[in-house]
Amino acid sequence: MHEHDVIVVGGGGAGLRAAIAAHEEGADVAIVTKLHPVRSHTGAAEGGINAALRDGDDPKDHAYDTMKGSDYLGDAPAIETLCEMSPEETIQLEHWGMPFSREDDGRVSQRPFGGLSFPRTTYAGAETGHHLLHTMYEQVVKRGITVYDEFYVTELATTDHPDPEERECHGCIAYDIKSGDLVGFEASGGVILATGGDGQAFDHTTNAVANTGDGLAMAYRAGVPVEDPEFVQFHPTTLPSTGVLISEGVRGEGGILYNGDGERFMFEHGYANNDGELASRDVVSRAELTEVNEGRGIEDEYVYLDMRHLGEERVVDRLENILHLAEDFEGVDGLDEPMPVKPGQHYHMGGIETNENGHTCIDGLYAAGECACVSVHGSNRLGGNALPELIVFGARAGYHAAGRDLGEARIPTGPSARTEDETGLDTPVSPGAIDQPDPDAVADGGAMTADPAATVERTLDGERARVEEMMERDGINHAEIRSDLQDAMTQNVNVFREKEGIQDALETIRDCRERYQNVAVADPSRTFNTDLLHTIETRNLIDVAETIALGALAREEFRGAHWRAEHQARDDEDWLKHTMIAWNDGEPDLYYTDVLLEGEEKTYEPKIRSY
Amino acid sequence: MSTGITETEDDGTETQTQAVGAARAAGETYTEMDSQEIEAANEEARRRTRELVEEADRTVKLKVFRFDPEVPEKEEPRFDTFTVPFSKGMTVLDALMWARDQYDSSLTFRHSCRQAVCGSDALFVNGRQRLGCKTQVADLADSGIPKKVRIEPLPHAEVVKDLVVDMEHFYDQMESVEPYFQGEDTPDGLEEQYQSRENREKVKMSTRCIWCGACMSSCNIAAGNNDYLGPAAINKAYRFAMDDREGEDLTEHRLNIIEQEHGVWRCQTQFSCTEVCPKDIPLTEHIQELKREAVKKNLKFW
Repeated sequence: MHEHDVIVVGGGGAGLRAAIAAHEEGADVAIVTKLHPVRSHTGAAEGGINAALRDGDDPKDHAYDTMKGSDYLGDAPAIETLCEMSPEETIQLEHWGMPFSREDDGRVSQRPFGGLSFPRTTYAGAETGHHLLHTMYEQVVKRGITVYDEFYVTELATTDHPDPEERECHGCIAYDIKSGDLVGFEASGGVILATGGDGQAFDHTTNAVANTGDGLAMAYRAGVPVEDPEFVQFHPTTLPSTGVLISEGVRGEGGILYNGDGERFMFEHGYANNDGELASRDVVSRAELTEVNEGRGIEDEYVYLDMRHLGEERVVDRLENILHLAEDFEGVDGLDEPMPVKPGQHYHMGGIETNENGHTCIDGLYAAGECACVSVHGSNRLGGNALPELIVFGARAGYHAAGRDLGEARIPTGPSARTEDETGLDTPVSPGAIDQPDPDAVADGGAMTADPAATVERTLDGERARVEEMMERDGINHAEIRSDLQDAMTQNVNVFREKEGIQDALETIRDCRERYQNVAVADPSRTFNTDLLHTIETRNLIDVAETIALGALAREEFRGAHWRAEHQARDDEDWLKHTMIAWNDGEPDLYYTDVLLEGEEKTYEPKIRSY
Repeated sequence: MSTGITETEDDGTETQTQAVGAARAAGETYTEMDSQEIEAANEEARRRTRELVEEADRTVKLKVFRFDPEVPEKEEPRFDTFTVPFSKGMTVLDALMWARDQYDSSLTFRHSCRQAVCGSDALFVNGRQRLGCKTQVADLADSGIPKKVRIEPLPHAEVVKDLVVDMEHFYDQMESVEPYFQGEDTPDGLEEQYQSRENREKVKMSTRCIWCGACMSSCNIAAGNNDYLGPAAINKAYRFAMDDREGEDLTEHRLNIIEQEHGVWRCQTQFSCTEVCPKDIPLTEHIQELKREAVKKNLKFW
């Protein structure tokens, strides 16, 4: 058993920032991560960090752009917190030595980005995330913060209580990948989940293989509602063969999208008459797929992104990394020919419900970064808003878990925030756990224990039994289940969604659940058993995919990234509300909470969103 | 507590999925597979794999190093051969993943981002350090596709299992050069430190390191001398020593670290690190530049 004040699960941008903040606050903090921190997918972020740093810009404008981008499903207190804190957090990175690109006068560079009224995307070439990640890991090394590297957290240790808001999180259980031991971690101050995205629920994604929604699934099963899961961002410019991301920075610097007929379709077909290529991501993704569906794509699959006219000097100075990616992963020289691009899963707006301090409804359990939903992004995230989210809310969660008073949170969490129930959702199969109450779920009426160590021990015993069983028994391999799940999600819960397709996806998910009951780990070894690791991940992906599909089926409107064939309009009267899905001991409970449009100084009025 | 979820009634159409769905909706519970069914399912999976290989226009043979100290039949290192269907654009990592998912789920290697930024999958492919995700299988032959691709763990590192090596020594060397910015006079508030474009350009390549360990593995000196800092750590020192935002005192402190006995002077300019670096960092050049700086610094005292 390892004991610390604060445990941070995940060593990416949000996790590192949370750990540094908790350490600054004087806490004994440890990072527990399945990948060495520098391997985190934050390193793949390219575009930049939105921060209102310059004369003529203002955090209020940043907040307005973010709210508009969210299609009015973001919560004003979260958005205003992000925009007010982003400048100091961004400059903090510079003070820590981050190698930002520079202007002639020596100040950090900013570029235009989609959906922004001011060029406030602060960048380091087309590899901003790589530099952000390495800079923050350097600071973790400098401070001597403990890192349990290649330890895979499999479950949270929380107390049993029928009402999640009465539960407490005392730690977590991790699998030491190198030795094969299951280890208990006890945290007196709190556990901060910073496990990143869940793009592996889809087939064509920019996300790393490690982005399997572990934190989201663990929090969900512990009783924290998943907020707005149906909102998944599909990035408009990913390489067709691999899903590798081509930064929005290309369009920010002046790159142009063409269809197979050589038309600049964003303008010529009226998708975004003002902003064209720099419309919001959801708008551009739909435009591209519409072009392809109407026969104006190339090879019936993709469109072209052209940056040749920008000239070699500018491209090499600001977008050099894009040249490498296009060359290495698509065999295309971006200086010589246009790059083939198509939409790919990129970011999950939804996630673990938290307030603006990163706190969930379970005492001592926090979440920050992509796995969390504050909600800053609502139904669509603006490019350049993910990195500030990591540093702003990572820091807040770290400070709060370590005991700093951040004032009363304005965003309510947990079942008590419920304003409306979903009634009569038409699902073809029963979602959730199979047969008996799931052994991993927090069971109602279980042993109520006041002793944190005993809580962790009990969870540890449960995890040992689960792993033991998967190792010992004969069964089937998880890989095919994972790939069927990914195919179903990409087929049916993609950019364009319709009722029947989502229902098909739910059937496949149920089928995956049933098959998963029979998975076994073929590798008998205790040493670096990735077979076991991936098998556990697959179960997390099933839970995550199900919340996405359920939320998508329930929401009968078109808002932000959520497009429904049968419902072609945003419906503020019925749907200006957050979707919540609670695990409810394995029987998902769908309900709704209010969107908070009231900010510090003004109330945001939903308007027609055009670019 | 109401879940608010109702299940669809069977609408009578005759597709199998819907029939299954209806049966489930009617409350039929899931039953576990017995051992015969499991064996049948696994045999079916193997048959499909064989079919995929037989139907493939072209295949490639992966000859992969295997070792596991804990499993009796893998205690003695050996090579396994996997036949993988070749598809255009296939990388070494793609081929490894296919082999793992279709043939042997115990085949173990690190990988994550698939796009040459996380540095997880540096491997020894056909006798050279490369990132699996960045290496096109087709590029491993002069023409067409290679008959065999030999994949081994990085040389000069302790093998944990199969293609996974212990990276601790690499991380220790990295940490020994104080790999973090130590600028003292940061401005207050929202003011950044100014840096010229030229200076940023000067350190740019050095900041691209992804800690993959390919350079360290390729270096003959590092292989024979465990204390040698190695190219990655020295490059990290260069990244800060050359950054104008750190003052002169700190630069001197950094030069003291890298001009020690096991620092820059061990480098014999074989350029192997530079040749294998997947991020094209001119490592050897950086090391030489630090040698020059170290000499210049000492001249002050002569």
